Amino acid sequence: MNLRHSWIIATKDLKAIRRRKTILYTLVITPLALSLLFSYIVQYAVSSAAPGTNVLSFAFLLDAFQFWFAIIAAILPSPIASYSIVGEKVEKSLEPLLATPVTDGEILLGKSLAAFIPTILASYAGAAIYMASVDRTMYTVLGYLYYPNSEMIVILLLLTPITCLLSIELNVIISSKVADVRSASQLGGVIFAPFMGLYIAGEIDVITLDTITLLVLSAIMAALTVGLFFVSTRTFQREEILTKWK
Amino acid sequence: MIETEGLTRRFGDLTAVDQLTLKVDDGEVFGFLGPNGAGKTTTVRMLCCLISKTSGSAKIADYEVGNDNDSPKIRKIIGLVPDNVGLYEGMSAYDNLDFYGKLYDRSESQRKESNEYFLRLLGLWEKRDASAGTLSKGMKQKLAVARALIHEPEVLFLDEPTANLDPEAAKTVRDFILELKKQKKTIFLNTHNLDEAQRICDRIAILNTKLMAIGTAVELERTVKGRQTVIQFARISDAVARALDRLSLSKLSFEGTRASFEVVDPEKENPPVVRAIVEAGGEVQTVTVQGSTLEEAYLKLVRKEA
Repeated sequence: MNLRHSWIIATKDLKAIRRRKTILYTLVITPLALSLLFSYIVQYAVSSAAPGTNVLSFAFLLDAFQFWFAIIAAILPSPIASYSIVGEKVEKSLEPLLATPVTDGEILLGKSLAAFIPTILASYAGAAIYMASVDRTMYTVLGYLYYPNSEMIVILLLLTPITCLLSIELNVIISSKVADVRSASQLGGVIFAPFMGLYIAGEIDVITLDTITLLVLSAIMAALTVGLFFVSTRTFQREEILTKWK
Repeated sequence: MIETEGLTRRFGDLTAVDQLTLKVDDGEVFGFLGPNGAGKTTTVRMLCCLISKTSGSAKIADYEVGNDNDSPKIRKIIGLVPDNVGLYEGMSAYDNLDFYGKLYDRSESQRKESNEYFLRLLGLWEKRDASAGTLSKGMKQKLAVARALIHEPEVLFLDEPTANLDPEAAKTVRDFILELKKQKKTIFLNTHNLDEAQRICDRIAILNTKLMAIGTAVELERTVKGRQTVIQFARISDAVARALDRLSLSKLSFEGTRASFEVVDPEKENPPVVRAIVEAGGEVQTVTVQGSTLEEAYLKLVRKEA
C-alpha cells in the first residue's frame, strides 16, 4: 500500500471539506457548544450547591458529560464520510480515480483519514475546552485538578478514536447503498443511537461508566471495528462501486 | 498495443460483451461503434482493469488484463475519459490536473510543466483558477481529456467524448483528438457518432454485444452494398441503351434520363462505359459514383443482430 496516495486523497478531501460550510460548522459548533454547555452546567451546579455539600457528589455529572466526547466521535464522521464517498458518487468522479494506479485500499484509507483527522481534532479540542473549564471550576472546591482522570484518558485515547473508526466504516457501508449525500448523512447519524443507549444506561445506573467498563467497551468496539473493516473493504471494491452502487 | 481474444463479460444472465476478438495497433485510432447497451463501456472498463472479465483474454502492451500484478502497470500506461467527465467540480481546473499528476507519482516540476502545457493547448489556461463546476460542458470535456493525458499514457480510452456537447465544443474535442492522432497516440474511441468515427478513426469496429464487423470506414461501407455509378444524360437514345446493354453491366437500370449500374472499381470500369456512350452518340452530363454510407452499413449490421 502506497500511503502517499492515501494522503493525497485525504488532503484533497480535507480541502473539499473546508469548502463545505455546513460540515465545517458541524465540526466546530458541535464540540464547542457541548463543552461550553457542560462547563456552564458544572459551574452552575457548584456555585448553587448548598454549603457543606460534598463536591464529589458532582462526579456523576462529570462522568456523564465526559462520555459525550465519545458520542461526538460517532456523530461527526457521518457528514464527512458521507460527503467524501457519496459526493464522489454524485460527481461521478470515482471512475477516473479508479482508473489510476491507486488501489481500493489506498482510496478507502484516504477517505477514512479525511473523516478521522477532523473528527479527532474537533473532539479533542472540545474535550480540552471542557476539561480546562471544569478544572478551573473544580479546583477552587477540590484543591486539585479533576481532569485528566483515568476515565477521560480511556475515553480520549481509546474510545473516541475507536468509535470514530467504527462510525467511518459504517458510513462507508451506508454510503455504498444510498444515492445522495443527505440520505447517507442521515442514516450515518443513526450510528450514535447505541451510544445514547449506553449513556442512558449509565445515567439510570444499569451500568457504571468507570475505567474498567470503558476499557471493556473499548475492547468490544475494537473487535467490532475489525469485523466491520472486512465488510467495508468488501463493499469498497472497484467492481462493486462501478456495477452495483446505486 | 491492445489485443482481445474471446473477451466476454456477463452480469448474471445478461451477456454484456460476447466473445470479443480484436487487435488495435500501436498509434492507431480505433473507433468502437455500437448502440446504447452494446457493451462498449463494459469493454473499456474491462480493458482499463475497472471490472473483471468473465472469460477470454485481453492484453495491453503485453500486460495481461485481469492479472493482479499487471493491473497497476496497465493503469499506469492508460488514460481514461469516461462518459461522465467526473471532474471535482469544487476544485479549480489546475488543481484537478494536479491531483491526478500526484496520483501518477509525477514530480512537482513535471506536474507544473504538463499542467500548463495541457491547459494552454486546450485553451483553458485563462480558466485555470476557475472551479471545474463553472466551466462550460465543452471545457469540462477538454479538461477531462487533459486529465487523462497528464501522465503521458501510451493508450487513451475515450468513452463518448463528444456526447451531449454542442457542435462547436464537439469540434474542439474532435480537433484535439486529431491532434493526438498526429502524435501517433493509440486511441480507443467509443462513440455512436458515425460521422465522428469516419472522420477520426483509422479502423472501426461495430459492436452489438458481439463484434459485428471490423475494418476501415470504406471497407465497412462495402460490406453492405457495392458502389454504384450513376450517369445523367440529356436524353437516352436507343443506341445508347443498346450500347450499355452490350457491356453486360451489373444491375444496369434506367430511370428517366439516368442510368445506373454496380461497380467494384469505378476508376477502372467507368471510362470504357463513358467511351461506349459517346461512340453511340450519347451526351453525358454527369458521372457520379455512389456508395453505401457507413450509416447504412452500421444500421444493417446492428438491425441484423436485433
